Amino acid sequence: MLNTITLVIGITLMYATPMAFAALGGVISELSGVTNIGMEGMMTIGAFVGAATGYFTGNPWLGVLCAGISGGVLALFHAIAAVEFHADQTVSGVALNLIGPALALFFCRQAFDGSAVTQPVENKLPKLFGSNATGILGNLNVDMMVIIAIILVAIAWFVIYHTRWGLRIRAVGENPAAADTLGVNVKLVRYVCVILSGFLAGMGGAAVTLSIVAQFSQTSIAGQGYMALAAVIFGRWLPHGSYWACLLFGFAQALTVVLGGGAIAVPTQIIAMLPYIMTILILVLFVGKSRAPKADGVPYIKGRR
Amino acid sequence: MTRVINTLKKPVTGTLIAILMGFIVAGFILSFAGYNPFDAFHALITGIIGRPKYLANIIVKATPLILTGVSVAFAYKMGLFNIGAEGQYIIGALAANLVGIFVHLPLLIEIPLVLLAGMAAGALYGGLVGWLKARFKIHEVISGIMFNWIALYFSNWVINLDIIHKANTSGAYPIDQAGWTTLFPNWKSTEAAAHFMTEHPYLGDILRTDFNVGFIFAIVCAILISYVLYRTTKGYQLRAVGDNTDAAEFAGIDVKKNIVQTMLIAGGLAGLAGGLSIAGNAPHAVMQLAAFEGNGLNGLSVAFIADGSPIGCIFSGLLFGGLLYAGQSIQYMIGAPSEIINILIGTIVFLVALKDIVVVFANRLEAKQILKNKHKDHPDTPAPGAPADLNAAGMKGETGAC
Repeated sequence: MLNTITLVIGITLMYATPMAFAALGGVISELSGVTNIGMEGMMTIGAFVGAATGYFTGNPWLGVLCAGISGGVLALFHAIAAVEFHADQTVSGVALNLIGPALALFFCRQAFDGSAVTQPVENKLPKLFGSNATGILGNLNVDMMVIIAIILVAIAWFVIYHTRWGLRIRAVGENPAAADTLGVNVKLVRYVCVILSGFLAGMGGAAVTLSIVAQFSQTSIAGQGYMALAAVIFGRWLPHGSYWACLLFGFAQALTVVLGGGAIAVPTQIIAMLPYIMTILILVLFVGKSRAPKADGVPYIKGRR
Repeated sequence: MTRVINTLKKPVTGTLIAILMGFIVAGFILSFAGYNPFDAFHALITGIIGRPKYLANIIVKATPLILTGVSVAFAYKMGLFNIGAEGQYIIGALAANLVGIFVHLPLLIEIPLVLLAGMAAGALYGGLVGWLKARFKIHEVISGIMFNWIALYFSNWVINLDIIHKANTSGAYPIDQAGWTTLFPNWKSTEAAAHFMTEHPYLGDILRTDFNVGFIFAIVCAILISYVLYRTTKGYQLRAVGDNTDAAEFAGIDVKKNIVQTMLIAGGLAGLAGGLSIAGNAPHAVMQLAAFEGNGLNGLSVAFIADGSPIGCIFSGLLFGGLLYAGQSIQYMIGAPSEIINILIGTIVFLVALKDIVVVFANRLEAKQILKNKHKDHPDTPAPGAPADLNAAGMKGETGAC
C-alpha cells in the first residue's frame, strides 16, 4: 500500500513539474497584463535546446540554462509584439506555438543528420536520493527539477505578494495607467515578466528532455504547454494555485498509470481520458470566481484611457 | 500619394505585406542553414502548380482548414477563443463515420445524413463548452483543451470496438460508398474510366486524387457565416457581445444564450469539417490517433491570417493547405527540412499580429501630406515633419489601429 502511495506521489511530481515551470511563467506574464498562450512553443524549443546542449557539452545544468535562454528569446518576440506594437496577444501566441516546435525540429534535423530525434543525453540531471535508491525511496526519488520548481514557486509567491517589485507587477496588470502615473515603467515590467515566463517555460521543456527522458523527439512536448495554460486559469492566476493545478493534472496521470496496471479491466483509452474529465468535473463542482488580472491581454498605450 | 495611403490603410495590404515578409524571413533562415532559398521557393511553387493533381490535393487539404478557420473566426467575433475546434473536428469525423457504417441509404440521403451527423456531433461538443462557460463560468480555453484530449481518446476507444474496428487496419470500417462525396466513385474503378483518364491526362490527374465536392460546402459555409455576422440581428448581437459584454447585456442582449449559440455554430462548423473529411477522403474512415492532426488547431492560424473574416478564411485556408502540401516538395527536391513551412506559416501569423504598424505608417504619411499641402497654401505655418506634429500623427494612428 505504502509502495503504491509513494509511487503515485513520485509519478504525480514527475508529470506535474514540466507543466509547473511553464504555468508559473504563465502566471507571471499574465499578472503583468500580457496573456501568454505560446508556452507550448517555448517549452518545445527549450526541450530541444536543453537536450542538444546536454548532449554536446555533457553538462545537463548548462542545458537547463540554455533551454531557459531559448525560451526567453522566443518570449522576447512575444513581448515586442505585445508591448511595443500593441499586437493581438492571442494571435502572437498562436504564432509562437507554430514557430517554436518548427524551429526545434528544423535545427534538430540540422544538428543530428536529418533525424527528428536527438541523440540520448549521457548525463541526466541528478536525482534527489542519488541514482541507486530502491524501494519506497526509489519511488520518491524525484529529479532535482521537481525541487527547483517548488522552490521557484515559493520565491515567486513571496516576490509577487510581499515585495515592492511584486506590487508593481500586479499594479501593471490591474491598472497600467495608474501604475504609470506613479512612475512605474509599464513597458519594462511587462518585458521582464514576459521574458521570464519564456525562460521558465523553456526550463520546463528541459525538465522533460534532461530528466524524464534523455532525448528530444517530436512528442517530447505534446500538449504540456496547453495544459500549463489551463493550469494558469485553473489556479486563478496565483503562483501556488497554478502549482496545485499542475499537481492535480499530474495526480490524474499517475492514477492512469497505476490503474492501467491491469488490476481493473478498463480500456486504456478510457483511463487516459480521466485527467481531463476530472479537471472539468472539479471546475463544475467548485464553481468559483476566477478573475483574470484586469488589464490581462490589453495593450497599454500611454495617454489613452 | 493619396492612393498609396488609401491602399496601405486597407486591412488586406497589411496581410499581404505580412505574407511577403514571412517568405523573406523563411528565406533568411534557409540560407542561414545552408540552402538556396530561391531553389526552395522554386520547389514550393512547383509543388503547388506543377501538376493539376497538386492543385486538387491542395484543395482537398484546405477544405477542413477553411471550415475550422471559419469556426474559430466566428467564435472570436464574440470574444470566444475556440481552441477546442480540434476536438470538435475529431468528434464530427467520428459521428460521420459511425452513421456511414451503420446506415445504408441512397446517395442523395446518405451524404446529407453523414455530413449532418458530423455537424450535429461537433455542434453538441462545442455547445457543451459554451454551456459550461455560461452556466459554470468555466473558461472556454480550459474546457476546450480538456475536450480536445477527451475527444482524441474517445475516438481511439470507439474505433477499437469489435463491431467498428476493421481488421488489419489501424482504423474503423469505411462508410457506405453511397456517402462518398468523391467525384464518380463507382465509375472511377471501371475500365472506361481508366481509358478516359489516359486520354485526358489533366482531368485524369485530378480524378485520381481525393478531389471531392467538400470544397463547395466550405465556401458556402464561409459565405453563409459572413452573411449571418454582418447582415442579421443575431450577428449584430454576437459582435456587440464581443465588443463590449457589459454594454451588450445592458442593452438587453442575453449574453449567456449567445455564448451557447455561438459555440453550437462554431462546433457545428468544425464538426462538418470532420464529416467532410470522412465523406471525401480515402480511406473514408477514422484512424487511430497518436497525436492531434492539427486540423482544428491550424484553424486558429487560418482564422488569424484572415483577420477574422469568414470569407478571408477561404483564401488563408488555401494558402495554408498549399504551403503544407507543397512543403513536402521542398524536402524531397532540395533536402531542406519541411518544418521550414511551419516556420514560414508561424512567421506570417506573427507578422499578421503586427500588421497594424502599416496603418500607423499610413496615418503618418497622410499627416505629413496634409501638413505639406497646408504649407503650400500658408507658407507661414511650420515646415512639414516637425516633431510635435509627427507625434500627434502617431497617436492618431495608434488609436485608429485598435
